[in-house]
Amino acid sequence: MTYVFLQHYWCFVVALLGAILVFLLFVQGANSVAGSLGSTAEGRRLIYNSTGRKWELTFTTLVTFGGAFFASYPLFYSTSFGGAYWLWMLILFTFVLQAVSYEFQNKIGNFLGPKTFQFCLTLNGILGPLLLGGAVATFFEGSNFIVEKGNLVNSQIGMTPVISSWANASHGLDALLNPWVLVFGFAVFFLARTLGILYIMNNIDDEDIRSRGRSRLIGAAVPFVLLFVAYLVHLLLKDGFAYDPATGVIFMEPYKYLHNLLDMWYLLVLLLIGVVLVLYGIGKEMVNCKSSSCKYNGIWPAGIGTVLTVLALLLCSAWNNTAYYPSTADLQSSLTMQNSCSSEFTLRTMFYVSLLVPFVLAYIVYAWRALDKKKITREEINTSQHTY
Amino acid sequence: MYLLSIDPAAIDWARAQFALTAIYHWLFVPLTLGLGLIMAIMETKYYRTGDVFWRKTAQFWQRLFGINFAMGVATGIILEFEFGTNWSNYSWFVGDIFGAPLAIEGIVAFFMESTFVAVMYFGWEKVSKGFHLASTWLTGIGATISAWWILVANSWMQYPVGCEFNPDTMRNEMTSFLDVALSPYAVDKFCHTVTSAWVIGAVFVVAVSAWYLLKKREAEREMAQKSLRIGAIVGLIASVLAAITGDESAYKVAEVQPMKLAAMEALYNGGPDQSLTAVAWVNPFVQPDYQNEEEAPLRIAIPYGLSFLATRSLHGYVPGVNDILKGYTREDGMVEPSVQEKMERGRSAIETLAAYRQAKAEGADEATLSPLLSTLKEDFPYFGYGYIRDESELVPYIPINFWAFRVMVGLGTLFILFFAFILFLDWKKKDIASMNWLLIAAIILLPCAYICSESGWLVAEFGRQPWTIQDMLPVGASVSNIGSSAVATTFWLFLVLFTVLLAVEISIMLKQIKRGLNK
Repeated sequence: MTYVFLQHYWCFVVALLGAILVFLLFVQGANSVAGSLGSTAEGRRLIYNSTGRKWELTFTTLVTFGGAFFASYPLFYSTSFGGAYWLWMLILFTFVLQAVSYEFQNKIGNFLGPKTFQFCLTLNGILGPLLLGGAVATFFEGSNFIVEKGNLVNSQIGMTPVISSWANASHGLDALLNPWVLVFGFAVFFLARTLGILYIMNNIDDEDIRSRGRSRLIGAAVPFVLLFVAYLVHLLLKDGFAYDPATGVIFMEPYKYLHNLLDMWYLLVLLLIGVVLVLYGIGKEMVNCKSSSCKYNGIWPAGIGTVLTVLALLLCSAWNNTAYYPSTADLQSSLTMQNSCSSEFTLRTMFYVSLLVPFVLAYIVYAWRALDKKKITREEINTSQHTY
Repeated sequence: MYLLSIDPAAIDWARAQFALTAIYHWLFVPLTLGLGLIMAIMETKYYRTGDVFWRKTAQFWQRLFGINFAMGVATGIILEFEFGTNWSNYSWFVGDIFGAPLAIEGIVAFFMESTFVAVMYFGWEKVSKGFHLASTWLTGIGATISAWWILVANSWMQYPVGCEFNPDTMRNEMTSFLDVALSPYAVDKFCHTVTSAWVIGAVFVVAVSAWYLLKKREAEREMAQKSLRIGAIVGLIASVLAAITGDESAYKVAEVQPMKLAAMEALYNGGPDQSLTAVAWVNPFVQPDYQNEEEAPLRIAIPYGLSFLATRSLHGYVPGVNDILKGYTREDGMVEPSVQEKMERGRSAIETLAAYRQAKAEGADEATLSPLLSTLKEDFPYFGYGYIRDESELVPYIPINFWAFRVMVGLGTLFILFFAFILFLDWKKKDIASMNWLLIAAIILLPCAYICSESGWLVAEFGRQPWTIQDMLPVGASVSNIGSSAVATTFWLFLVLFTVLLAVEISIMLKQIKRGLNK
């Protein structure tokens, strides 16, 4: 295993975690539309009890995504989190609210009332995917930061030798002023909502919720497709952040991301399969599920398609001599796999640890199947030992 | 090239925010670890006997576990990301080493915890008894493995091993994963932390059970009596183990963080044959005049106690604050330079590194670079001292360390006696349910357990100031370049949010306890 291989491998692992995270945002997506999907208090409770059995997986994937990024690309962790402070804090804030909301909302003694925590779930359902999508868009659009490792030993700086800084006072919120960041952010938001509706229709055996799901699916899927296609076209036509591996110099290259997909044809194939699967999952539910024999399993092709699509896009932002975290303030501060990764020793050590991932995935799938063998019903919610 | 102006208050706010989130997080984690063990024991009894009583008992404690667990998760996520948001320089400088345990924690522990906790709650009617029991154990084991990796990371900050500074990448890089993961400091810290968490779980179970007995709640009487017994057994074993590992922990601190030990003991001037302070008057609100005072007033001490604790010899040499500042000879004969010398060598390391970078950029040959590298290697152990402005910065706030240590040890000893006494009464077949004074004492001990646990955290973290990484990087050089107003805003936001959520949690917990075995 060479250092270059390990850099690519860890980029793949982090991208895969990011892709799985986007799929698992169906929890947020469903919560964002819970008020409309479940027309009654009992209907909403069904939805929260359905997503409530999966929220920890989304949460854990987010934390592991952060941890894996930290271990493999510490300069990204340091620059992005320490710079785009407000953007990340907003994301974290909504996830903190979500973490307690399930358990607290309907418990006696909750003096804030169930509606407070249901509002928190909705807030996280909207802001979580939107802001995470926005953060991912900066991988293509760039961010306002400067990295200068020399600061560590620069006597002029005195006692605070910080190597990476945000170049303006907004600390990450400036990203939301970029319309393309918003387009991508909203695309992720509507994707999460689409997946959420598909998941709820699959997981809850309730005709009222399913029929509402069918009609709400159009309202989520159509904007998602439009926004996604718009961003994809923009991405393929825009100049990208390339770097020269021999000199380490970063430069703008026209159609860089288009070139990346053409150079790495397997990513293009992955992307196309992913997009087709997402569309198939949505279409299957819209067209076929008007009959009573529908299995409501559109979530699976759409979910797998989401993972493949996001994986292809994230790899396209980093592989093939591309700066995956570009700086618009100082081009040469942009982060590449090579200038921001951990040492070969650490990447190699972590490689062995990552061999546990299939085992982890296996027990997650096993436990998931065990819990979801029987769909959630109103009766179960009223008789179960533990409900939200 | 880029002149940065960092508001020094940002450092204090960053510390305050991290302390706030860590203190809140540490309110919930010990109960997760402790209750996780006890409820798993109860479910095991159900699995083995098939007695529905144990199933109901396990489910009751699992309900309380769930309320607490959510808050632990909520406060935990902030902590992980705060390394990046508030300590970005630190994240770069040692991310190569520090990031690995966090990533492993996510892959190995968090997924186990989050997958099986769902089966534990929702799987009673959906999976077999054996699978359910395994899920309950795996939830607790996942939480414990998580504690292992985060404590490995924390221990590495207190005792950095298995790494080397790379002047080309300007950061520390891991050289031995096993040294990091199995550092004796980490092993001991893990054992002490987890056993003390079991004590919290035990005190919680005993206190709740005592409340039912005090209130003469017939529906919960059997559950309370049996839970109280299990709680006391777990509590006694755990508190004895916590005392043993705590002693070992103090020994390790003496070895690698002598200033922390001096602050814990308010030992201004050390020497051989040092006695262990039982009590003394150290004003909690003022840093003592350690340079001029001989020792803390009204001191009552155990002869030779500190020497034995720190060196395992009655006559061992233990340095005080002033000895460490002025330099001293360690018990093993090694000369520890004065902090002035360390500061000079630290500055020399920084300057040498700057010269090396410049020479490298100018394409200097091996003959030019080699002497710079040897100087850097020689001075690097004191690298962090180069960022220290005044030697007084190297003395942690003594009163907090002194009192927190005594509160921790005092209450820890009390728990051993309390659990032993309960088990003695149980063995003698005394009717504990009729001893109101004992039941009231059990309830009062619950907040004491939390005070004890948080005191331990204060000793560990306040005592190492000003270091983020011992001797390598002080807090001032670890912080992110964010204005103090931004961090102050998030500090207050989190303070209000966590306090409100804590109030809701306590309210829900109390109502749930009042409800008893009824769902």
